[in-house]
Amino acid sequence: MPNENTKAPICLVIGASHAGINFAFSLRKEGWTGSIIVFDKDPETPYHRPPLSKSYLTSTEETNNNLLKSLESYEKENIKLYLGVSIKKIDRIHKTVITEDGSRQQYDKLVIATGARPLIPPIKGLDKVTEVYTLRTAHDATTIRQKVKENISKRVLIIGGRYTGLEIAASLRKLGTSVTLLERESKILARVTSPEMSQFFYDVHILNGVQIHTNKNVSSVTSINHTNTITCDDETSYEAEIIILGTGVIVNTELAKDAGIQTENGIKVNQACQTNDKDIYAIGDCTFHHNPHYNRFVRLESVQNAVDQAKIAAASICGKEVIYDTIPWFWSDQYEIKLQMVGLPFDYNEAIIRNEEETTYKFSIWYFDNDELLAVDAINNAKAYVLGTKSIKEHLKINKSNLRDSSLKLNLANLILKE
Amino acid sequence: MPKITFITSEDETISVEGTSGSVMQLAVDNDIKGIEGDCGGVCSCATCHVFIHPDHFAKTGAPGEIEKDMLELDDNVTEYSRLCCQLEINDNLDGLIVTVAQ
Repeated sequence: MPNENTKAPICLVIGASHAGINFAFSLRKEGWTGSIIVFDKDPETPYHRPPLSKSYLTSTEETNNNLLKSLESYEKENIKLYLGVSIKKIDRIHKTVITEDGSRQQYDKLVIATGARPLIPPIKGLDKVTEVYTLRTAHDATTIRQKVKENISKRVLIIGGRYTGLEIAASLRKLGTSVTLLERESKILARVTSPEMSQFFYDVHILNGVQIHTNKNVSSVTSINHTNTITCDDETSYEAEIIILGTGVIVNTELAKDAGIQTENGIKVNQACQTNDKDIYAIGDCTFHHNPHYNRFVRLESVQNAVDQAKIAAASICGKEVIYDTIPWFWSDQYEIKLQMVGLPFDYNEAIIRNEEETTYKFSIWYFDNDELLAVDAINNAKAYVLGTKSIKEHLKINKSNLRDSSLKLNLANLILKE
Repeated sequence: MPKITFITSEDETISVEGTSGSVMQLAVDNDIKGIEGDCGGVCSCATCHVFIHPDHFAKTGAPGEIEKDMLELDDNVTEYSRLCCQLEINDNLDGLIVTVAQ
C-alpha cells in the first residue's frame, strides 16, 4: 500500500482505463512534477476496451496485446499503478481515499475515472444458472472466449441488442457459434440510432445467421443439465448453454455521491471536467457534462470522450484555462462493416440517406435539424465520416439535393451550399 | 529484426526494433511522442499520422481507401502520409524512417 507523504503534490486517479491512463500521461505532458498514482480494481495492465467484443474474442493470442501503454512507459513517466485495489471511500475533509483494506492515501488533486459496470437485469432465476456472462473487462472477454471455444457447439443467447451485444454476436458468428439475440424493444439499437440504421444492422446480422427476436422481455431463466431455458413475458422460450448480458450499464457514481459530489445522470462536471469540489475532477464514461456545440448536457460512453476529457482535466489541473468543446465520435466494427459516427443526432427532424454507387454496403445517413447538420453515420465510408466531421464542426450548410445525388462525387465542393 | 526510425515534432530521432504488430503499436510501446493510437489500431481515430520518408515510400506503399479518407481529417496530409496502425511490421520495413505528424 502506497503512502506518499512527500512535499510534492499528489494527483490521485481512480480508474485505469482509457480516461484514467490518458489523464495520467497527459498530466506529465502538461508539466506536473508531483506524484501520479492510479488505482483500479481490475488487476490487469490497463488495456484497450473496444477490441474485447471484437478482434479479441476471435483472436487466438493467449495474452491481451492491446495495452494502452507499455509497462516501461509508466516507469519512464513515473506513474504509479496500483492494480487490483478497490477504493471504498473518498474522505474530502482529509483529502484522502480509503481502500477496501482500510489503507489511506492522501491527495492534492483527485480524478474520478470510474466508468460504468454492466447492468444485471432483474430476471428471475438468473442468479442460479451457470454460464451467464457480461462483457466489460479483459477477464470477462477471456472467459467468454474460452467457454465458447472449448465446445463450439454450445449455443449462445445474447440479451440486449445494443452495440456491445451486436459486436459480440458478430464475433461469435465468425467463430461459427450459434447465436440468438433477444431485444426488449421493437427494434435493435432502439435508443441509440435511427430506424434506418437499426434496420440495416438487423438485416446484416440476419444475413450472417444471428437469430434476432425483438419485443422479447426476458422474465425468467431455468437450467437443467447445463441447458438454460430463457422465457419471455409473452411465454416464448429459447434454449442456450451460454447467456451473455448486453443490457447496458450502471454508471459508477457511488464513490462520488457518497462523498457529497454532485451527480445527475453521471458525475456533474464543469467545462474543465471539475466537480463541485475544486480539487476533484471526473472524466470519461462516468461524467455528465455540457457539450457547447449542441448546448446540452450529455453522458457519453466512448473512447473519444474519455481521451479528450483526460486532456482537458490534465491541462486544467496544471493551471490552464480550458473548455471541453468537441464533436463526439464513435465507431463499431461488425463482420466486414465499419460504422463510424460523428455528432449527436438528438432531436433531428430529417435524415438523408446517401447511397454510393459502388455497393450497397457503403452508405451514410446525415441527420439534420432543419438546415443544421447534427450528425453523420457512415457505413464503410470514411469519406462521409470525415466530411461530416468538418461540416458539423464549422456549421457548414449542406446542399441536400447534391447530398442525395449519388452520381455526384462526395466532396466538400459538391456538398457545401453556395450562398 | 526490422528497425524503424521515428522523427518526432521535437526533432528527436528514435530508432526501435520490432518483430510483429503495427508500427503504431511499436511507437506506443516505445513512448514515441505524437503517436496516440486512441482507437487501438482499427483506422478509426487518425491519431497515428506519420510522413513516410519519400525515399522509403515504396516500402510501405500507398494507403487503402478508408485510410486515405481518414487522413483527410488532418489538414497537413501529404502524398507521403500514412496512418501507421495500418503498417504491419515485416522485414520489408527494415530501415524505414518516418516523421510524426503534428
